[in-house]
Amino acid sequence: MIGNILGTSAVIGGAFFLLVGSLGLIRLPDFYSRNHATGKSDTLGIMLVIFGMMLIEGATLNSAKLFFVLVFVFLTSPTGTHALTNAALRSGLIPWFRKNAGKAD
Amino acid sequence: MNTFFLYYTVVLTVIIFLPLYRVVEGPTIFDRMLGVGAIGTKTMVLILAIGLIFNRLDMFVDITLAYAVLNFIGTIAIAKFLGTEKADQ
Repeated sequence: MIGNILGTSAVIGGAFFLLVGSLGLIRLPDFYSRNHATGKSDTLGIMLVIFGMMLIEGATLNSAKLFFVLVFVFLTSPTGTHALTNAALRSGLIPWFRKNAGKAD
Repeated sequence: MNTFFLYYTVVLTVIIFLPLYRVVEGPTIFDRMLGVGAIGTKTMVLILAIGLIFNRLDMFVDITLAYAVLNFIGTIAIAKFLGTEKADQ
């Protein structure tokens, strides 16, 4: 019962972080800041959701599989974000500064 | 618990629709790829929630793992491909 309550809280908190990441993806001014917002908060959100589902499920084989998904997301989500940012920087996309705020999008 | 995850799935669907704006409207190709990656990440959570609704988490967690691998490989491949192209500002 206590696992259900804690797991439900973690799942709802993870959904909050996913919502914040989506809003940052819409609102922020350029590609690098959008990548910053969605890369960090999406990773934390999905890890919280999977951890909450592990607490709801209890100590079963499904919980172990969920733990492997959590480790995989923890490793690959920042790697994908870094690869995309590195590609953008190498292909010459200039970051947004306050002094060229009128020109950039 | 099933009813809670039913409503949770509805809320999550609304959250998934928000990055679609960046996919359609994004100024550069990188923004579109970022939106696609964000949608894929949130879809993993949606598949897990559907598995908890139907009480078949053993099947859906394997689908989630396969989806995570596909999302990661796609992002890495597109980033590797776009790193050599010249971006139009």
